[in-house]
Amino acid sequence: MGFILAAAGVLSALFLPLSSEAVATLSARPILLALTLAAALLFAASAWTGGSRAIALGFAGVLCGAATPLVLLRDPGIGGSAAAGFWALVLAVWLGAGLCVVELASQRPRGDGARRALNLAVPLLFGAVVFYLWEVLVRGFGVPPVLMPSPSAAAIRFVSSLPILGQDFVQTFVRGVLIGYVIGCGAGLLVAIVAQRFSFLGRGLLPLGNFFSALPLVGVAPIMVMWFGFDWPSKAAVVALVTFFPMLVNALAGLSASGHMERDLMRSYGADYWQTLMKLDLPAALPFIFNALKINATLALIGAIVAEFFGTPTQGIGFRISTEAGRMAIDMVWAEIALAAIAGMAFYGLVALAERATTFWHPSYRT
Amino acid sequence: MTSNAFVIPASAAGALRHHPLVVRYAPIVTIVLALIAIWYIAAVMMNLSLVRGGFEREETPYAVSELIAGTMSAERPLLPAPHQVIAAFVDSVFGYAPTAPRSLVYHSTVTLSATLLGFVLGALFGIGLALMIVHSRVLEKSLLPWIICSQMVPILALAPIFIVVLGAIGLQGLLPKSIISAYLCFFPITIGMVKGFTAPDPMQLDLMRTWSATPRQVLAKLRWPAAVPYLFASLKVAITISLIGAIVAELPTGAEAGIGARLLAGSYYGQTIQIWAALLASAILASGLIGLVDLTERGVARQMGIRP
Repeated sequence: MGFILAAAGVLSALFLPLSSEAVATLSARPILLALTLAAALLFAASAWTGGSRAIALGFAGVLCGAATPLVLLRDPGIGGSAAAGFWALVLAVWLGAGLCVVELASQRPRGDGARRALNLAVPLLFGAVVFYLWEVLVRGFGVPPVLMPSPSAAAIRFVSSLPILGQDFVQTFVRGVLIGYVIGCGAGLLVAIVAQRFSFLGRGLLPLGNFFSALPLVGVAPIMVMWFGFDWPSKAAVVALVTFFPMLVNALAGLSASGHMERDLMRSYGADYWQTLMKLDLPAALPFIFNALKINATLALIGAIVAEFFGTPTQGIGFRISTEAGRMAIDMVWAEIALAAIAGMAFYGLVALAERATTFWHPSYRT
Repeated sequence: MTSNAFVIPASAAGALRHHPLVVRYAPIVTIVLALIAIWYIAAVMMNLSLVRGGFEREETPYAVSELIAGTMSAERPLLPAPHQVIAAFVDSVFGYAPTAPRSLVYHSTVTLSATLLGFVLGALFGIGLALMIVHSRVLEKSLLPWIICSQMVPILALAPIFIVVLGAIGLQGLLPKSIISAYLCFFPITIGMVKGFTAPDPMQLDLMRTWSATPRQVLAKLRWPAAVPYLFASLKVAITISLIGAIVAELPTGAEAGIGARLLAGSYYGQTIQIWAALLASAILASGLIGLVDLTERGVARQMGIRP
């Protein structure tokens, strides 16, 4: 029934005014008229049928209906002063897309691959709808780009300033984050191994590590900038400090995860300390270590960006964000955020992939 | 542990060594003392050239003891000695009226109010989101992946824009900072509460169904009580994140008050002792807030009749 409402909404756009200014109506634009009529027909058809065919028809209708507002927005008489007809169209498309997502999510496919594809498709569709609404709302209401740029503007800015973004990426991510991440996680792991060997140290370090990992450690950024200068070493130092304690706490918990039976077995093999460490304790600790690596992946990026607020050479993601925000070039800020988001997700994804490859034996991956 | 002045019988010393309090706290105290000792040594080493330079400029002869004393009392040391930090902290907490702009109490309350407001907003939003996700399969499938994705994005990087955008709309002061805190801290609560609301096992849910309980009754009588331990675990994580968010939100905007503003001012004017004192204040705030959540958890657990 929702699809019938959507079809009615699309049709009502033909009669309601598109803009508060005088512009040509939909019926005067043959291609757009065909698109809207097609959308209305497809919605009606999908209301008629049911099941998976309704989803396909509805999806085609959404595509037809969604194209029209985007084309309409190129008309200077509509962008910024859109009126009831325009919004009826957008709402109808939104409704249709929402129904498609709902129908799609309630499907229960048989095959393993189909289920995985569905689990990927539903959030992607949802995200696409959100981005589309953002674009149409910002441009339809004519929100000043200083407040909130449309995603397309940010994307254009992203593509057109790739060299600057590449520079910032190398400065912040390759130099600051990666080096600090390796140092911090490596040191945390080493200290955890030593602390596990000497239980007195372990009993002292665990509560302290818990305490420190709850502190707002990014606050040391100004001190690190004072000690190590404006360039990347100070950022790497902040990242190392921020990532050290989560790794210490998790690795300590992981190193004591192996059971008595396994330890006894190693002893009956006559394994010495190093053999036990390499063959039993470290592999058993891997899930915990990867947990820390994943937590640290986000912490590291945050630490580096925040440290850049306290002083940088004239490049870096944090530097660019704060200066461009000061100059009200918000589209550039969003481009930098997109860069940081992509870098952060790729980093996290790589760690997760490495986890799958090395801890394939863990119960959480065996289905 | 045993000195010549107090001769403790061997058995008593052994008993002392195995006393649970000693077993628990001796390692912590030892490591804290070692850290303080390392701090002092590092302070001497790092400030040495600074102080020596000062002596040589004035061309006064100096002894080693004077040099070391100088490293402990430099005005703008690279690394202030612990007693200097504590002295500065005590001075800026008790030395001024709580409303004076030089008082750390004043700055801490500014940050604390943003933290708490953000924490409450984030907790309500997070719990609401978890409720929606638990009750709707569509939302679980479409929204949850995006919520998880949003955490791989360095959200703190959004802080300056949020402030700029909200400032342009006319929102200033406490609210923008709180929104950033809320934005940061809703995630652990949502994830924890989704886990908590789905914690009751199918048997219990089936039992509720045989009693023909409405969804609201299932929520109130089964899901909500089952989620309480998860709630407090995630609240503890969230409140520290909320504090970090409030401090960082003060950084890029040139805020005039708050711990973040204090850090920024200290770094502009090279007032290292002030930075360390502000850090100490934030550490105390963080542990106090966690302690508060912990106390509430114990109180609620006692109310619900859970044995620790």
